[in-house]
Amino acid sequence: MSATANPAARGATDRGRNSGDPRLSVEQVSYAHAPNPQQAPVFTLEATSFQARAGEVVAILGPNASGKSTLLQIISGALQPLSGRVLLNGFVTRDLEPRTRGQRIAMVLQESQLLFPSKAWEFVMQGRHPYGKSLRFESRDDLAIAKNALAQVGAEHLAERRMDQISGGEKQRVILARALAQQPLLLLLDEPTLHLDIGAQVDLLDNLRRLAAANRYTVVIVTHELNLVGEYADQVVLLQRGKCLRVGPPASVYQRDLLEQVFQTQLTVEYGPNGRPRVSIVAGTP
Amino acid sequence: MRPLTVGKLLMQSAILAGVLFCVMVVALKFGAIHVSLYGLGRDLLRVLLGKSTDISSEYSLILNLRLPRILLGVFVGASLSVAGTSFQALLRNPLADPYVLGVSSGAAVGSILALLVEPRLALSPEIAAVFTPFGAFLGAVVAITAVYFLGRREGRIDSTTLLLGGVITASLLSALITLLLTMLPSSNFRGMAYWLMGELSAVPSAPLAWVLRTGFLIAAIVIYMTASDLNLLLSGEKEAMHLGVDVRRVRLVVYIAASALTGLAVSVSGSIGYVGLLVPHVMRMIYGPDHRVLLPAAAFGGAIAVVFADTIARTIAVPAELPVGAVTAIFGAPLFIYLLRRRLA
Repeated sequence: MSATANPAARGATDRGRNSGDPRLSVEQVSYAHAPNPQQAPVFTLEATSFQARAGEVVAILGPNASGKSTLLQIISGALQPLSGRVLLNGFVTRDLEPRTRGQRIAMVLQESQLLFPSKAWEFVMQGRHPYGKSLRFESRDDLAIAKNALAQVGAEHLAERRMDQISGGEKQRVILARALAQQPLLLLLDEPTLHLDIGAQVDLLDNLRRLAAANRYTVVIVTHELNLVGEYADQVVLLQRGKCLRVGPPASVYQRDLLEQVFQTQLTVEYGPNGRPRVSIVAGTP
Repeated sequence: MRPLTVGKLLMQSAILAGVLFCVMVVALKFGAIHVSLYGLGRDLLRVLLGKSTDISSEYSLILNLRLPRILLGVFVGASLSVAGTSFQALLRNPLADPYVLGVSSGAAVGSILALLVEPRLALSPEIAAVFTPFGAFLGAVVAITAVYFLGRREGRIDSTTLLLGGVITASLLSALITLLLTMLPSSNFRGMAYWLMGELSAVPSAPLAWVLRTGFLIAAIVIYMTASDLNLLLSGEKEAMHLGVDVRRVRLVVYIAASALTGLAVSVSGSIGYVGLLVPHVMRMIYGPDHRVLLPAAAFGGAIAVVFADTIARTIAVPAELPVGAVTAIFGAPLFIYLLRRRLA
């Protein structure tokens, strides 16, 4: 379908450049913020680096206040890092013009607040905004792309429903569809599984895995769900109190001692038949 | 899935324009002097054909007094309503409006200060015509800036704090207005009270009317150009930014343009309340939250509301006249309370 040709085409040029080249390159980024001008700034993120290729799913893991969302905001270009830089296809994300950034990077935030709820398809159409001027009327292509985005997350039947009248899981799908309608190279998600039941969580991660492979997106997801990450991510970035402890595939990052120390609880790590790690809590830990 | 087209938009606007026209005709007919629709039509046609000398004296009174007042009502209503719609989107607060936020009061202070200073400056007539609206615009900008910062908590706009900040600012400025009005040379308390409530009896001079028209067109077009951005801003600044909106630029441009609209309206009519609050609400119920439709609908709706309210104000206690702001407040305040309660629930 012509509607999806665009990201694929851009993916092709990426691959054409050099298939070994990383698409996303996070280079030594750090962030500090001062609660008030009199105090010395506190590091909320120390120098962190990792790289990701097209089609890869990267998970940023860590306990609360470990700097996960800060790292994601820096990657998206919304936050200026104290040091380092983030490159997407060789361009610094922070320096991209807002519209260009909207065409290349899509962000799914923890909660999408809706002041005056619209219909699901209108919401998905918002994803086409970066492709026009300030005042724009949607074209047939936009409509086709929005329809396709809804179809890709299995939400065509929700198109005419109002956003405040659908379930949390359905809403999350529509929000994801809006991100797809942006036809991004990089898809960022900040705790998208937060208010979802386990079925909807698996459904979302399944979708992401499939979409990353099919559309050659690079996906970076911030989450607390150790087992979902273990099952679906290609790479894990493990953070603790602003420090990047380890980067690598789940099997290498999921060391029992390391996870116990980071999450301050007793855990066991087992490996499934597919070589993917599974974490369980040990009941009755102090 | 039917996206908005230009044709659909023009159609909706044409319908509202038709309603506005009917309301204007009714407004022309009713008042202290009764006239027939036929006579009105005949004389309007004569004026349009350049034969103004042929019209009867009572109709000439209607066309020279009532029509300009109705046109002023159209301008004031459209301005306040578009400004209200813009503030509601920018502040993500459906209860925001130039009057509630104290922006109207700021504009009133600005225009009175301008009136006080103007005679001492020996300005040319062209500049003098712009002087009061410009003072009102500055007053509006200062007020919205103050309220914006009062409403910020930890880098975010807090709805309740913002509204309370607006209410406090408005009450402080009202006290200041009363003080300043006593200093105006030709002050009389009845006129003052009327102006404070908002009224349309002072028809602007030709150069001032030109300034109002041009200012309205520029500000309204500037705001309309950001209509799609405003749609996204409703989901929050962060989300809008990730969808390619240059949030800082849009915010600045729309704040200035909406303050200008408020300033222009207040400089000729005092502070008419609730139009900027109610009309966008009603229009949103009818046309939905898309600003590409909502902004023109709000402009027409505001014009209809003010012309209608002013007709009531002119006719309800003949030969006396109420300030139009009293009429809008009588309708507006209960609805405001209803909306507030529904929101809290």
